[in-house]
Amino acid sequence: MAEFRLPKNSRINKGKHHKANGGKNLTTVKVYRWSPDDGENPRTDTYEVDLDNCGPMVLDALIKIKDEMDSTLTFRRSCREGICGSCAMNINGTNTLACTSSIKQFKGKEVAIYPLPHMEVIKDLVPDLTHFYAQYASIKPWMQTDSVPLSDKERLQSIEDREKLDGLYECILCACCQTSCPSYWWNGDRYLGPAVLLQSYRWLADSRDEYTGERLEDLEDPFKLYRCHTIMNCANTCPKGLNPGKAIGEIKKMIAQRHAL
Amino acid sequence: MSSTNRPLSPHLQVYKLPLSAKLSIAHRLTGLFLSLGLVLFTYWLFRVVTDASIADTISNFFSQGFGLVLLYFWIFTFCYHFCNGIRHLFWDAGKGYDVSTVNKSGVAVLVLAVVLTVVIFFVGRSI
Repeated sequence: MAEFRLPKNSRINKGKHHKANGGKNLTTVKVYRWSPDDGENPRTDTYEVDLDNCGPMVLDALIKIKDEMDSTLTFRRSCREGICGSCAMNINGTNTLACTSSIKQFKGKEVAIYPLPHMEVIKDLVPDLTHFYAQYASIKPWMQTDSVPLSDKERLQSIEDREKLDGLYECILCACCQTSCPSYWWNGDRYLGPAVLLQSYRWLADSRDEYTGERLEDLEDPFKLYRCHTIMNCANTCPKGLNPGKAIGEIKKMIAQRHAL
Repeated sequence: MSSTNRPLSPHLQVYKLPLSAKLSIAHRLTGLFLSLGLVLFTYWLFRVVTDASIADTISNFFSQGFGLVLLYFWIFTFCYHFCNGIRHLFWDAGKGYDVSTVNKSGVAVLVLAVVLTVVIFFVGRSI
């Protein structure tokens, strides 16, 4: 059920302010902090960052803060080029990747950074993605076939059929769309969410997969698929420019057409 | 480590909802308001049928002041819900999912709902 307020232990207190050591081109970075060790509520700490001595992206600012100001700051990061999906977080109200989000666009303004929304927080900007990964596994994200492939040959696909996977295979499972979706906030326990459904459609759209019927049957459930109400936060927020809402629409259409036959 | 004391990260508190999300909430709220309006409408019909003399009182209430505002708010919610419902039909047919199209159709629905309400207002005045 929709619970609009944050639970008592999750309400955010005012935190510490860390001043910069000089510098002229200062931007204030406000960061959500929570540690499992002190029994306190979450808080937001602010850090003054000198943009003249900082890399171009929000992730660079976070790394600078961790290196030079506060080594306790915890966040995930890896590739720094928008392909691993580790540094997905909520930056000034929109989910995106810190490594592909320019810090310069916030020049002179405050940058507010929170973990991905409506998730259990492990520490600071690190959310627990266990349930998300379990949901991903539940749609069997691999090719399922009964036919036996010709020996010494891969399963061939026409150029046209391959093109049907464009806009789907690029998903890096960063969970930006998943955690931007109000339907997923309120019904995330049973609704599969935009990222998992886009992945599901990726296999439904694959000409080589032979389990389309089984896949559709599995999705035909009041919660797994039909909690999507075309709110479209997913497509608005996707850092890779993909459109999970459209993929979900295609699945709904496939099910409707299957019943019409 | 226990996970029971883990906080829930902020959602509505921090998320900047795009136009499409606001219109989606508006669709819900107008639907809710229309359902309430339908109950009132049915009650009105029921009263008029059982006691014709009350018809004038109700007509007077809806032709001025708060009653008039309420009536046209109800008509606006109907127009919005109707237009946005058609937008949903396009989506159900697999069309209009691009972010730019979603924004354009959203603005179009808003404008159209206002225009329809104004048209209904003037037609209503003239009869």
